[in-house]
Amino acid sequence: MILKAAPDNLLVSCHHLSCAYGENVVVSDVTFNVERGEFVGIVGPSGSGKTTLLRAILGMVKPVHGEVGTVKGVRLGYVPQVESVDWNFPVTVLEVMVMTRPQRRVLPRITVAERRSANEMLERLGLGGLGNRHIRELSGGQQQRVFVARALFHNPDILVLDEPTSGVDVRTRHEVLHLLADLHQDGISVLLTTHDLNGLAAHLPRLVCLNREVIADGSPREVLVPDVLERLYGAPMHVLEHGGMPVVLDHAEGAVIKPFRPRAV
Amino acid sequence: MSVPALVAADIFEPYGFEFFRNGTVVAVAAGALCGLLGVFVVLRGMSYIGHGLSHAVFGGAAASAVMNFNYFVGAGLWGIVSGVLIGRIARRRILGADAAIGVVTTASFAVGLALLNRYGQAKRSIEAVLFGSVLGVKTGDIIAVVVVGLLALGVIVVGYRRFLFSTFDPEVASVSGVRVSLMEAALMVMLSLTILVTMRVIGTLLISALLVIPAATARMLTNRFARMLWISPLIGGAGAFVGMNLAYHTNTSAAAMIIIVCATAFSCVYFASGVRGKRRVAALGHL
Repeated sequence: MILKAAPDNLLVSCHHLSCAYGENVVVSDVTFNVERGEFVGIVGPSGSGKTTLLRAILGMVKPVHGEVGTVKGVRLGYVPQVESVDWNFPVTVLEVMVMTRPQRRVLPRITVAERRSANEMLERLGLGGLGNRHIRELSGGQQQRVFVARALFHNPDILVLDEPTSGVDVRTRHEVLHLLADLHQDGISVLLTTHDLNGLAAHLPRLVCLNREVIADGSPREVLVPDVLERLYGAPMHVLEHGGMPVVLDHAEGAVIKPFRPRAV
Repeated sequence: MSVPALVAADIFEPYGFEFFRNGTVVAVAAGALCGLLGVFVVLRGMSYIGHGLSHAVFGGAAASAVMNFNYFVGAGLWGIVSGVLIGRIARRRILGADAAIGVVTTASFAVGLALLNRYGQAKRSIEAVLFGSVLGVKTGDIIAVVVVGLLALGVIVVGYRRFLFSTFDPEVASVSGVRVSLMEAALMVMLSLTILVTMRVIGTLLISALLVIPAATARMLTNRFARMLWISPLIGGAGAFVGMNLAYHTNTSAAAMIIIVCATAFSCVYFASGVRGKRRVAALGHL
């Protein structure tokens, strides 16, 4: 849905949004906005409705109640999870980029201008020289960056990422985080979902904690607190502080396996 | 006459018959057309849909034969409706989509069989539809295959990027404004039309092989989608040409020989290609 009357700096808006699959309500009465220049993470446990909320914002899921949409003229750049496509598919990195552009001529050749702008974008994301590689030949981090490059190829106002660090190793997670921070610095707004509290969420300026409904909305310092986390995950959790940042101990109290100590004979 | 002249005369002998010339033209065009659409069938993991669709069209062909209805209109409508239905079932990932397709298409096949048994000149019609026949190829068949072939080629060239995008990443394609369901429907309509115009030559039982084998062979030979789009029709067309000639000289079924030639080409490429080529076909999904 396109919102017409909206303030200049508003990009995405959810207003009392509810989504359901049949009888099963997955997102209930969610209200939040994303403004230009923001970097927002939607956090919550598995099955909390993060992906559904994202899909509703992208227009792929119809709400059963309330409103969701982007402001008129706002371009979204969607970055799905890396596992969402078959990386054996017979295309090169350049083709992945260019297939998103409308075909203006009868014959589908890649034009010189398209090739140049795609290569510039790849260069910007540290993928220079990989344009003619088959997509299978890339590392996990490079595949993620190809998806980001593809989304940026359309000059979006906001990047929307679904679990950008799911299933990646620590190094790739750092790469992704730094890349997004750099893009944000360049003026691109970012909205992402994640269940990775310490690796990703704690580094973001604003978090929306979701468990079917919005539990809390604020900076990591404000929302990554035992009270909110208990409501979010349904179990008491501890929070420490390290280097000025909250660190969530991601095991519920009482569920810790005690180290084995042999009895003294 | 010298020996080479005798051999040459023997090789060119079938071309003295009009039925063979017509049959070869239709078979080559059909092979190329199936090869072209087969690229999408194979990359979308729809091999089973091609198989099911050819069975479904059989039901329509039988029903129109019994009701004295125009074959192309009756079987065509039946095929397009089942094709679009199957596409929707597959896309929505309804529980057990493959089972649903199996039920719909085999039921359609069974209805056709029963109708022909009860009302038609059963045996001859059934064999003609199941295994095809190059003997009965008429000018209308040649025109139909060539028209559908050119139509499919035109649609795929003009919609190349949208077809590629919605095959590679349907979710992002739909967010980016590509009408994925329309592309899917277009593909299913083209597939149904292809089956419709080629089934008289190749027969419903073997069409699915021609939709899968050339494309799977092409996949082993290249890592580029655009190249697959010409290698696969080339293999399909060449397989049909060689198969037709072999069938004449060995006095066997043309459809069977075409598939055997294509399958042999697949096997040769499979064994000749290294681990990478094998991995490419292993990665092709199925539904």
